[in-house]
Amino acid sequence: MKKIRKLKLAVWKFASCDGCQLSLLDCEDELLAVAGAVEIAYFPEASSNYVKGPYDLSLVEGSVTTAHDAERIQQVRKQSKALITIGACATAGGIQALRNFADVEEFTRIVYAHPEYIRTLSQSTPIAEHVKVDFELRGCPINKQQLLEVVSAFLHERKPNTPPHSTCVECKLRGTVCVMVAHGTPCLGPVTQAGCGAICPSYNRGCYGCFGPKETPNTASLSQQWVQLGVNKEAVNQAYRSFNAWAEPFRKESLPDA
Amino acid sequence: MPKSIKVDVLARVEGEGALYLNFKDGKVADVQLSIYEPPRFFEALLRGRRFDEAHDITSRICGICPIAYQMSAVHAMEDAFGVKVEGQLRALRRLLYCGEWIESHALHVYMLHAPDFLGYHGAIEMAKDHPAIVERGLQLKKIGNEIVELLGGRAVHPVNVCVGGFYKVPHKRDFQHLAERLKWARDAALETVRWTASLAFPEFEQDYEFVALRHENEYPFNEGRLISNKGLDIAVREFDDHFAEQHVAHSNALHCVMKERGAYFTGPLARYNLNFDQLSPLAQAAAREAGLPPTCHNIFQSIIIRSIETLYDCDEALRIIDEYEMPDVPAIEIQPRAATGYAATEAPRGTLYHRYSIDEAGLITDAKIVPPTSQNQKTIENDLWHFAARYINLPDAELQHQCEQAVRSYDPCISCATHFLRLNVERT
Ligand code: SF4
Repeated sequence: MKKIRKLKLAVWKFASCDGCQLSLLDCEDELLAVAGAVEIAYFPEASSNYVKGPYDLSLVEGSVTTAHDAERIQQVRKQSKALITIGACATAGGIQALRNFADVEEFTRIVYAHPEYIRTLSQSTPIAEHVKVDFELRGCPINKQQLLEVVSAFLHERKPNTPPHSTCVECKLRGTVCVMVAHGTPCLGPVTQAGCGAICPSYNRGCYGCFGPKETPNTASLSQQWVQLGVNKEAVNQAYRSFNAWAEPFRKESLPDA
Repeated sequence: MPKSIKVDVLARVEGEGALYLNFKDGKVADVQLSIYEPPRFFEALLRGRRFDEAHDITSRICGICPIAYQMSAVHAMEDAFGVKVEGQLRALRRLLYCGEWIESHALHVYMLHAPDFLGYHGAIEMAKDHPAIVERGLQLKKIGNEIVELLGGRAVHPVNVCVGGFYKVPHKRDFQHLAERLKWARDAALETVRWTASLAFPEFEQDYEFVALRHENEYPFNEGRLISNKGLDIAVREFDDHFAEQHVAHSNALHCVMKERGAYFTGPLARYNLNFDQLSPLAQAAAREAGLPPTCHNIFQSIIIRSIETLYDCDEALRIIDEYEMPDVPAIEIQPRAATGYAATEAPRGTLYHRYSIDEAGLITDAKIVPPTSQNQKTIENDLWHFAARYINLPDAELQHQCEQAVRSYDPCISCATHFLRLNVERT
């Protein structure tokens, strides 16, 4: 039997909350099997054993917010055969991208003790704005089953099966009654990409968009629906301004004159 | 004796930190726990958001302890609006916190900390020689996550908490399976206490000022006065009168210190020392059996205390489930008003303080968040001074390893520590 070299996996962190990489450690039943199937070569949160690159697969969490990180992501790309971004920070800039909308002058006017100690860029940007990304896994946080699917698809050289449809479809699949129709609860489900399993509506709450915009979302029509439900226009705009605020369809719809 | 110790990427901590020690003339000359994780400016971006968004936004400060952020945020809002969540809703919040503590403590005990004592790079490497131990840790962790998933919908950034209570509350029958699992977990946690107590600990006792919440009849999660072993005894509202944040050059996190006495210590050790009498009888007995006195001053032994708290969490979770009756409404009604609200809750890593000012429209005008790791930073550095001075004659590699281990004993959460407001912008 020919001996197969184990593929080398690396996990990188940029500006983030650690939640997406934690999802890997949260695969309690599968973790040791994953560690058997690939060589976990660089994953500081889990191991102090740092194996040098190149790596076959890099999982990248977090957004780029410093000049140093803008340089570092280039290095990561160079060392990685495939690069997959995990989570809204990496795919859309994350909640910290709200600074992108702020008047930078206004931010700097806020009192600080020693600004010279801190270096940061004026924008938080997704990884794909800096380097080529082979696959983007959405979510804030990502769904760990989807993460396992993506890693396994990579190992078997096939396309990951992550449906592009809206959260509404997941509600139907789950048998959840539409919260917007039944209770008049404002919900981002119609414009949000599936992946979480439509958790919020099953808890009597409207979707708040963790997985970002689905393909060709009709945000204008949804915004109108929200207004009809009695939400003021400002609050409608704010709803798009969360973890995926910098993703283009949400960014545009969130503008005051949208 | 080493000239310097330099650890550019600290492993097995949450977030990005580095450690530097310099030695001169046979003495420790400088110690820096450097936090280079980029700041994310949560306090700034909260301004102008609605009061009922704060808990879902701040939970994104930390994927390991999102419940802590959600709990501190909703309690601060409820404080501002003059409401109190009682009865079964209050109990469910405790249960949710039990889940997070179990998950977070099991992660730290088995995957981040234990490898230090047994000489492995991480739990995955450790599993090759100790499969049953690692498996037990993973299953314990999973049960913590299952509590959070049941009450919150998912393990990381759960969705079900709201100001006033929850969006939806479970039926009594929903807990059946979980209760069975928790009985196993309680045994596993007891095993964990015994196992961690058998590890070898460096001798290192310090005279810390321990700070934690204290509640008159329960081990603290969401409520209590802030007390210390050196005379502090204040309401959470008085936090800003007694504590101040300092900005130092080598860290992207603010150091929080007590105005009167400087560095202090928050976290499991502090909670245990100040609340031993509130632990369940089983947890107290396990501590005694482990040979741990009711007060412990050795940071390396925090691994035993996390295990004891995990045991307590299982006990407490079972008690709450046993006494549970589904409340009539999932949340009490909230009328926002212009006010300032304060809350501190006990995150797995220590006290997490939130303060919000709200205007008449229910929008946030000001926010302040002080996470456990920024409170402990100065104490960690002090420890390193003393530890390195005392063990300066150890071989270099050994000294470095033990210094790293000392830092990890605090379970620092660097993602939490770098959330703050001040910034200097470099234009792109
Ligand atoms: S996408 Fe959300 S869960 Fe993932 S790292 Fe960013 S803030 Fe955390």
